[in-house]
Order: sequence, then C-alpha cells, then structure tokens
Amino acid sequence: MSSPAPRVGVTVASPRFARPAALVGRNLMVQKAVPYVWATGLVEPVFYLLSIGVGIGHLVGKMPGPNGAEVPYAAFVAPALLASSAMNGAVYECTTNIFDKLHWAKIYRGVVATPLTPRDIAVAEVASAVVRSALYSAAFLVAMAVLSGTRSPWALLALPCAVLVGLAFAACGFMSACYMRSWTDFDKVMLVQMPLFLFSATFYPLSVFPRWLQLLVEAAPLYQGVAACRELCLGQPSWDIIGHLAYLAALAGAAMAISTRRATKLLTP
Amino acid sequence: MTEPLVMARALVKRFGNFVAVDHIDFDVLPGEAFGFLGPNGAGKSSTMRMIGATSPRSGGELRVLGVEPDDYGPQVRARLGVVPQEDNLDTELSVSDNLYVYGRYFGIPRRQLRQRVAELLDFAQLAERAGDRVNDLSGGMKRRLTIARSLVNQPELLLLDEPTTGLDPQARHLLWDRLHRLKRSGVTLLVTTHYMEEAEQLCDRLVVMDRGRIAAMGSPRQLIERYVSREVVELRFDDEEAPAMASLVNGLAPHTEALADRLLLYTEDGDLTAQAVARRGLKPTNVLVRRASLEDVFLRLTGRQLVD
Amino acid sequence: MAGTQVPMRLRPLHYFWATFRRQWRSDISTTFLTPVLYLASIGAGLGSFIKGGQVLASLGGEDYLSFVAPALLVTTAMQVAVSRSTYDVYGCKNWWSGAYRSMLAAPLSVGDIVTGHLAWVAARVGLASAFYLAVSAAFGAVHSPAAAADLVVGPVVGLAFAAPIIAYAITVRHEQPFVMIFRLVMVPLFLFSGTFFPLSQLPTGLRYIAYVLPLWHGVELSRGLYQGSLGAWPALGHLAYLVVVIAVGSMAASRTYRKELAP
Ligand SMILES: Nc1ncnc2c1ncn2[C@@H]1O[C@H](COP(=O)(O)OP(=O)(O)OP(=O)(O)O)[C@@H](O)[C@H]1O
Ligand SMILES: [Mg+2]
Repeated sequence: MSSPAPRVGVTVASPRFARPAALVGRNLMVQKAVPYVWATGLVEPVFYLLSIGVGIGHLVGKMPGPNGAEVPYAAFVAPALLASSAMNGAVYECTTNIFDKLHWAKIYRGVVATPLTPRDIAVAEVASAVVRSALYSAAFLVAMAVLSGTRSPWALLALPCAVLVGLAFAACGFMSACYMRSWTDFDKVMLVQMPLFLFSATFYPLSVFPRWLQLLVEAAPLYQGVAACRELCLGQPSWDIIGHLAYLAALAGAAMAISTRRATKLLTP
Repeated sequence: MTEPLVMARALVKRFGNFVAVDHIDFDVLPGEAFGFLGPNGAGKSSTMRMIGATSPRSGGELRVLGVEPDDYGPQVRARLGVVPQEDNLDTELSVSDNLYVYGRYFGIPRRQLRQRVAELLDFAQLAERAGDRVNDLSGGMKRRLTIARSLVNQPELLLLDEPTTGLDPQARHLLWDRLHRLKRSGVTLLVTTHYMEEAEQLCDRLVVMDRGRIAAMGSPRQLIERYVSREVVELRFDDEEAPAMASLVNGLAPHTEALADRLLLYTEDGDLTAQAVARRGLKPTNVLVRRASLEDVFLRLTGRQLVD
Repeated sequence: MAGTQVPMRLRPLHYFWATFRRQWRSDISTTFLTPVLYLASIGAGLGSFIKGGQVLASLGGEDYLSFVAPALLVTTAMQVAVSRSTYDVYGCKNWWSGAYRSMLAAPLSVGDIVTGHLAWVAARVGLASAFYLAVSAAFGAVHSPAAAADLVVGPVVGLAFAAPIIAYAITVRHEQPFVMIFRLVMVPLFLFSGTFFPLSQLPTGLRYIAYVLPLWHGVELSRGLYQGSLGAWPALGHLAYLVVVIAVGSMAASRTYRKELAP
C-alpha cells in the first residue's frame, strides 16, 4: 500500500528538521515584534558580570583556578556566570512560554492538526530557545573578554559549551512545562534552579564544601557546564570536559525523549 | 465502486476505563457531506479527532484517505482541513499571519502562500481586519478565520466540529452557503452538530450518535420516514403536568412521547389527531401541529432530547 | 468568618487568600528556602573568601554574612513584591477567569481592588521578611533586637515597588514587557544597591542613581537595624522617601486601574 500523495504545493516535509523549522519561523516572527526582549537579554548577564565579577571581585581579590594557580576573581567567576545565565535564560524561555501555549493559548492544538507532530513541536521550541541562548552567550563572551581580560583562544570553545548547557536546560524546561498543572508549579522549578545556580561551584571552588556536598554538586547538571566553561575560559582544559559535555548531551537527549512522550499524551489524547 | 475516504469498523476510543466511542461502523464516500448528530458527550469530537489523526484509536479499524491515520499521521493531516470545536487560533499573531504561519506548517512555499492568504481573507470576509490581533475579533469573525485557516492546504476532506456554534443566524446561513460551494468544488465534508436544522441543511447522510454508539444511519428524509411519522402534534401543559396526561391520550396516535412539559403525538395526519384530542376534552395550554424532524428521530431512538 | 464584617477595601483578600490556600505548600517552601540557600551560598560560602582588616572595615566591621544578610532581606522583599504585582495583576485581569472582573461585579470599587491587591502583596512580603529574619538570626547575622523592625521595612520596600508596578502592569496587553521590569529594574537594583558590595565602590555618577532608587533606602534601613546602629533622622528620611513613592504609585494605580477596568 502506498502512502497518500499530497496535493500540489503541500509538502509533508519529511526531512527531520523541515517541519519544526516552520514553527521556529513562527516563533521568530513573534519575537521580532518585541526586540526589547532580545536587547535586554543581551544586557542582563553583563550586569551580573559587573556586580559579581568586578564589585565582589574587589572584596575577594583572587581565587584558585582549576589547576590551583590563583586567578583574578572576575576571571574565575565569569565563565560560571556564562554557564548559569545560559541555564537561566533557557529555563525562563521554555517554561512560562510553553505552559502558556499548552494550556492557556492552546496554540499547539491547532499545530497538531497540521503535518507537525508533538515531537516536531518539542524540537522546534527547544531549538528556538537555543537560538536565543546562543546569541546571549556570544554577547556575554565578548563582554567577558573586555571586562575580565579573557585572552585564551580556548575561550572560543566555551560558546558551544554554553550552547549545550542552553540546549540541556531548554529541554528540561520544556519537559517541566509539560508536567505542570498550574502557574504555581513554577515555584517548584525555581526550587531546583536556585540551588543549582548558587551551589554549582559558581562563586567559589568546590573545596569549600564538605565531601558529601562536593559529590552531590559534581553530579548536578549545571556543575558540568560551569566546570567546562571555566577550564576553557581560563585556558586550562582537561579531559574532564569530554565527560561534562557527554553528561549534558545525555541530559538533553533524555529530556527530549520524555518531553516528546508527554507532549504526545497531552496534545493527542 | 469508489473507495470510501473514511472507513471505520468497530472503532473504539477509550479514556482510561471510560468508553467514549463504542464499536462504531461507517463509511464516508468521496464528495458527500456526512454528519454526526448527537447530544453533549456522545463521542462526536472523539471520533473526529481519530479521523483527523490527532488521537490514536483504542480499538477496531480506521482508514482515512486509504491509510491508517495512526501510522501515517503527517501524511494524512497534510490532506485534511480541520475546524475544531473550540477555536485555537494563534493569539500572538495577526489575522493574516495566522493564515500564513498555518500554511507554512503544511510546507507551502512562501510566494504561493501569500496569494492563498489573500484569497482566504476574502473568503472569510476579513480582508479589512488582516492586520488586527486575533483577540480583537468577534466570536463569529474568529470562527470564520478558523474555517478559512482549515482551507489553507486545499484539503480533500474537511472536518468541521460544530462549525456554527456561537454564530448568529445570518452568519450561520452564510457559512452553510460557503460549505455548499466547497462541496460543489469536490471537497468531502464531515460535520458534527447538535442542531438538526444544520444536519438537514448540510448533510447528504448522517449518523445519530448517543453514548458512543451509532443509533441510526441514513439521509435526513430516510431517518424521519423510518423512525417517526410524517407529522407531530405537540400538546403543551403547565409545569410537570404532561406525564400525568399521557394515559389520557391513549389510542389517539400510533406512538406518543411524554416530556416534562409536553406530550408529542406522532401521526400521519396532525389536524385529525388534534381534533380527536379536543373531543376527549383535554385542555392543553397550547396545541401545535408540525412536520416531524430529526429531533423527533433522536427522541424516538434514545428517549431523550437532543438540545435541552 | 462573617464576610459582612470585612471592610470593602480588604475584601479582595478573600480571593487571594483562596488562591494562596491552594498553593501554600510550594509557596512556603520557596519563601523559606530562598534565605537558607542565599545565606549559605553567598553569605557563608563566598563570605569565607572575604577577609582582611581593610576589606572588612569597608563592610562596617563585621563579617560578609552580616553585611549581605540585611540587604538580601530587602532585595527579597522587592523580588516577591515585583513578581506578585506583574504576573498576578496580568493574571487577575486576563487569565484565571478574570478575577478582577468578578470583583467588580461584586460590589467592590476599583479603589478597593487596588488597596486589596497591595494589601495582599504587603502580606506576602511580610511573610517572606519574617522568614528571612528568622533564618539570618539562625546564621548569626543579626546583632540587635532592632532588626525586628524589618517586619515593617520589608513590606514598605515591597509596596514602594508594587504600587508603581501594578499601575503599569494593568495597562499591558501581553506579558512580554514584564521581562523588561525584571531585567532592567529588578536585576540592576538587586546587584548595585549596595547589596553585595559597598556603594562607595561605584563610580560617583552611578552612586547618585542608586540614591534616587528605592532599594538603597531599604538596604540602609535594614542594615542599620541588623547592626543596631540606625539613627533616628536617617531612618525617618529613608522611610519618608519610601512612603512618598508608595503614595504616588498608589495614586497612579487607582488612575490606570480605573481606566482599564471601568473606562
Ligand atoms: N481527553 C479526554 N480525557 C478523558 N475523557 C474525555 C476526553 N475527551 C473526551 N472525553 C470524554 O469522552 C466523552 C465524549 O466526548 P466528546 O468530546 O467526543 O463528545 P461530543 O459528542 O463531542 O460532545 P459535545 O457535543 O459536548 O462536543 C465525554 O464524556 C468526555 O468527557
Ligand atoms: Mg464535541
């Protein structure tokens, strides 16, 4: 039996990314109308860099880097802020937005009646968030080079690293949005996000913590991004980075798989 | 013989333990307008969603456009137009962008799409509102936009789930006219409704659904002929009195139905029966003789009213 | 509780209380864990790297924990107030079945709705401040019983943000602009109002901007109270400033609410 042939002009667009691309296009169209959201997203991490890197840096002085040698605090904390702002941006982008589209605006109900599948929707939304996150991260890297004197060529590789952090957390954000029942469930997302931000060796080395907490942090997702970005930005890469990236990729894959299943259940009951 | 566009055999839809669609069989032939008539919760929308490849079936057999919708979802949906029961327009986009973006989901090339959007705006009489936000439209305008949107891919089969709910009578007639035009151009229509007038206006054939089952199938005329007589005498009484009166009209008509406030007498000649009622000395507050409708078919088949 | 005895102005609280009762568990845990996590990570953790007589002298003599704890109480008051006066206002107007509209349909005036919403924000901020106070006392950051006055300072700071923000929030057609409030108002204030490092480190121009904005006044008040070193005149000055902001903000809010809800 043959699959039905579509009419002229209508393509079922079987290539894996062609269908989600239409929804990414829709998101870009909506976001073009609010350029200030983009603009402020570029500025926000710079505020953090100035306050924490420069302001607190003045109080702290120097911090031991990954290889033990002391580095200026701004150079120490900036890569961690790069990774954590990739996380915060992606989660912000994915959770509220997606929940709104799923349950209030019901936009996806219309979308699943077209050739797009729930999986295409998950891919498209995560891709849209990653595009933005990548842009913010690139701007942050430039600000970092100017403000904290990052000079190592390895720092360029921190960009794909931050993008991977954005991807993993965008996927997690989409997944959480699919499981939320009401707006108050965002508090629960906050309850995960806040400790990750505060304790992933973001502001000081892991050595401060007792051993059990160190193990816990090393198993947490944001730590992978912080550690990888820090080694790269300080020009002290180690083989550990491979492990960190593999962890983030696996997290992204798992979250996408769960998201697809859950979205399919929600949208095509 | 032409192959049916939709073919269902013992089709079942379950939500948990609840059976929403319970072993139904039907065929929809190319070019016809096929209706599902039934009260709230009958399973009409559930059936439509299965046909529209947005809800996997729980049992039985279903073929849409010759294939299994569960296996060929995107391919099937590419050739369908869907008007859902509740509008789900994209509230973040303008009226014309709603059509444009929807067309992009079908992979329609940009240039071709721009022309199509202009045509559809005319079709929906929304050309002047093209740049407005969807939320600023009236309910009827949103409905028209949803219907225009469903046509963006020039579908072969159009699924309309209660297309005229929320429309005023004028807008409803306008829409029926548009649907007749589409049908003449060869589009197959599948319509759900709980308005018998709509079913009679639009459908060549229909099924009466109740509690997930098909109670009867045929053309509107056939159904009326088969299940009820030609005319109906409605006797209206004061509150709650009607059931008590039922025994008093025994023998006046081949079949009677007692509702809370009315007695319905099904008969071949309404005037004669009305006179007989008067001779028995009954004093209803109102007597009405009318032609039998699908509403009566439904009442006869299920013992319940279609629209309360 | 007999509904008839509650004054009109506070009746919208019935609605907010009903929503709070549904979600209090996650609300309370966020409100409680925020101070614990921040004080542990920034106050104690980062604080252990901030030493040296000169540096500590610039922080007022005590350790870093004692420096940030009172300021974090105030920034949290701001954060709670801002989030309760952006999405909540938008939600009451547009989502969750238009709570404002049903309040108007009941015999409540637009003014009652404004007062009611602000009273609710103040109550939530008060709760958050109480938690912060308790947690920072447990961390050993409180050095004077005067700190108890933060139970008032917190809500006052919260209202100084909530009043002008609800005046704006009611007018928006889409929730996108809120991100501007977060990124351009809340985040810079959080970071640069003398919270994490003394204001004296800022260039002069920026310092004057910080003086004009309400958060710094709250930080000064709270820090003075925690240390027990707050003078009467500065206290009055800071409070007066915050009260003026609240008054102007509420007036603006009554106006915009009336325009939006009862045009
Ligand atoms: N996603 C779902 N989960 C659980 N039950 C559902 C779901 N969708 C529909 N149902 C149930 O299935 C039954 C049939 O619903 P359906 O929407 O198909 O009825 P309908 O004939 O379209 O009614 P209406 O005229 O009110 O639109 C109802 O009892 C409904 O509660
Ligand atoms: Mg229905």
